[in-house]
Amino acid sequence: MWHQISPRYVVSQIVQNVIFIAVVVTVGLVAFFGFEQSWVLIPAGVVIVLTLATLIILPRQARAIGYMLRADDIVFRKGILWQRMIAVPYGRMQLVDITQGPLDRAFGVSQLKMVTAAATTGVQIPGLTQDAAEALRDTLIQVAETRRTGL
Amino acid sequence: MSTQPPASANVGTSSLADGEWHRMHPLTPLFKGGLALIVIGGFLIANLRERLITWVVDLFEPGAHYDQYGGDPVDWVLSNNLAIVALLSVLGVVIVLIAVFWVIWRFQQFRITGDHVEVRKGIVFRSHRRAPLDRVQGVNLTRPFPARIIGLAKLEVVGAGNDANVELDYLATSTAEAVRADILRLASGARAARHGDAPASAPSPLSSRAQLRGEVNNGVTGMINGVDLADVAPHSVVRIPTGRLIGAELIGTLAWVIFFGLIFLISMGGVLIGTLLDGDPLGGALTIGFSLGIGVPMVLAIAGITWARISKSLRYSIAPTPDGVRITYGLLTTVTETLPPGRIFAVEVSQSLLWRPFGWWTIKINRMGGKSAAQQQSGNAQQFNIVLPVGKRADVERVLGLILPDAPASDIPLVWEHGILGPVAGDPYRTMPGRAWWRRPVSWKRHGYALTEFGLLLRRGTVWRKLAIFPLARLQGVSLSQGPIDRAQRVSGAQVHSVQGPITGSLSGLERADALELINGVSRAAVLAAARDQTHRWGEHAPAAPAPPLVVPVPGGGVPPSGYPAAYPPAPPAFGTPPAPPAFGTPPAPPAFGAPPAPPAFGAPPAPPVFGAPPVPPPVYRGAPPAPAETPAPQAPPVPPSKAEPHGE
Repeated sequence: MWHQISPRYVVSQIVQNVIFIAVVVTVGLVAFFGFEQSWVLIPAGVVIVLTLATLIILPRQARAIGYMLRADDIVFRKGILWQRMIAVPYGRMQLVDITQGPLDRAFGVSQLKMVTAAATTGVQIPGLTQDAAEALRDTLIQVAETRRTGL
Repeated sequence: MSTQPPASANVGTSSLADGEWHRMHPLTPLFKGGLALIVIGGFLIANLRERLITWVVDLFEPGAHYDQYGGDPVDWVLSNNLAIVALLSVLGVVIVLIAVFWVIWRFQQFRITGDHVEVRKGIVFRSHRRAPLDRVQGVNLTRPFPARIIGLAKLEVVGAGNDANVELDYLATSTAEAVRADILRLASGARAARHGDAPASAPSPLSSRAQLRGEVNNGVTGMINGVDLADVAPHSVVRIPTGRLIGAELIGTLAWVIFFGLIFLISMGGVLIGTLLDGDPLGGALTIGFSLGIGVPMVLAIAGITWARISKSLRYSIAPTPDGVRITYGLLTTVTETLPPGRIFAVEVSQSLLWRPFGWWTIKINRMGGKSAAQQQSGNAQQFNIVLPVGKRADVERVLGLILPDAPASDIPLVWEHGILGPVAGDPYRTMPGRAWWRRPVSWKRHGYALTEFGLLLRRGTVWRKLAIFPLARLQGVSLSQGPIDRAQRVSGAQVHSVQGPITGSLSGLERADALELINGVSRAAVLAAARDQTHRWGEHAPAAPAPPLVVPVPGGGVPPSGYPAAYPPAPPAFGTPPAPPAFGTPPAPPAFGAPPAPPAFGAPPAPPVFGAPPVPPPVYRGAPPAPAETPAPQAPPVPPSKAEPHGE
């Protein structure tokens, strides 16, 4: 069964992006009116358009992120156009890491990262609720303990 | 620390793994300080250069009076009558240096307990490093050329992780060999089981002078005969003829030399013609001289690099020991690596086009190296991952049998006939479909994978033929990726994740069903393989396991004399014909996830398959933790409980 991430992740990301846009707009306006640097408007505009584009596909992207606990491994998938799916056997997990930024904390979401001996595995599940992240971490560690191998 | 016996008592005793603190060899400070002395000597010579020149000139032409120098410190000292003071201060500096290195040596100690190897050193900045023995990835014994003459060696315990190595430098060679045997014995979990096998070379009653002379003799002998082969059966050793090794290196270099040489000759010829036409011999000569000035050092540099590479891998040998494979190489500076079983994450056999007429192959591995990032950039790190620099098919087979001793015999045709030598009739590999040929225009017929009970085999490349074997027991994960073009062609890229190393596990353009089977089957097979795998503590299981995972050569006893097939233990019951391993067979239907391997609790996925339409699953996961019922822990495969080894003696 695919689990999805919290919808609050989308809200949190939107707020972050809106703040970013506001900062860019402020800087651009100050540079334009305060210092009469009209060229600043071009990069600022490009950045704003790109961020807006990200905002539009953000809900869709968030829905494409999912993970599934199977008998022997955890499967993580993401991406719409370029889809990626990775299966990590439970016994291979070296550590499970939960990180939370300041805005994430305000919205009660956090990111869970799984580290294996391979540098390329890099599974990061963003936008889990705090409870879900901790429960998932405990589950993963518990399951990994029963299937422990050397490395 | 203060209760230590005199350090010289350490030399020659073979039981350093007694949990007590020990010091390095007493000659260590001299050897380490030697570098500083050389630097000081160089500084002095640079300062006294003028004086030396004068002295030489005066010697041959007494009347020349070449004394144009000024500001020489020696002159100043002599003119101020400070000779005694200067000599005393030089003496003082030397004494202080020796004292400093002696103190550093006093404070550097190591200890080997049942579970850890520890080194502590430093006076102001103290460091105490402790490495768990059950995560040891290998033990390297390096005999640098100067140290080797006086019988010293450096022992390096390779850990898993960045900058995780523990170095014991320097020990007497016989001590280092004993310590290596102790570390490997403890790491194997077979505590003291093979104690009697430890090299009983304890030349303690000798006087230190006679001992030193003996070490020098041994050093010279080792340089002629090769080292570290005393406890392995001679016929089990794979060696590379020197001629082949040099030839293989030269062929690679030759291609570059010819390439640059052609460019050089063409430009020189152009200059020559231009000179003759212009009738300006002076300018032409200058240009030619200039380009020769560039070309000659370049040739010298290439020769130097080639020689360095050749001398590093000269006198190469690989042999099985009770504690894993032992690889020895190097002419003047000899490195002996011991790879315990189960520390190899991927193996690749490859052959470049230039080597094909000779039938030469090379074998590389992915393994955990505890080196720091800076060390990984150096040339030694490249050597670290090469198991067989160059070898014929028979050598490759024997080395594969040594480093993958638990591979079943039924995999051998997959490796050779179907794998390395390319697709033949009845190809069991899942290859790229014809519609995706443009992704690998030359090698698309070869590009593919085969999954067995033991490992995942990736076959790639036509010009540069490669076959990679990833043992499932140590596979870190599998990922699929699919872009828009892939989706239109109903193919998918895949990557097998392994530890960092020269072997990457990426495939492209697989059939969708094949890719799904990869991600569904590999995890299941990996868990089964890991449950069977006993190499974590290889010594504990070796006697009892039904299929001994080791080629155990009793020292002095017998080893299967023939190579590859005999080196394999009797294969477990054949696990299905290669084309379709039924154990992992998944229906090619789109909702393949969670189908056969998953327990019923998982049910069918409500979401559409990942690579189909965009998933819009209704039950959005809102904050509730995953219910315990979903945790697949009850379905855990039978793992021996002894895996969670209690630490502490």
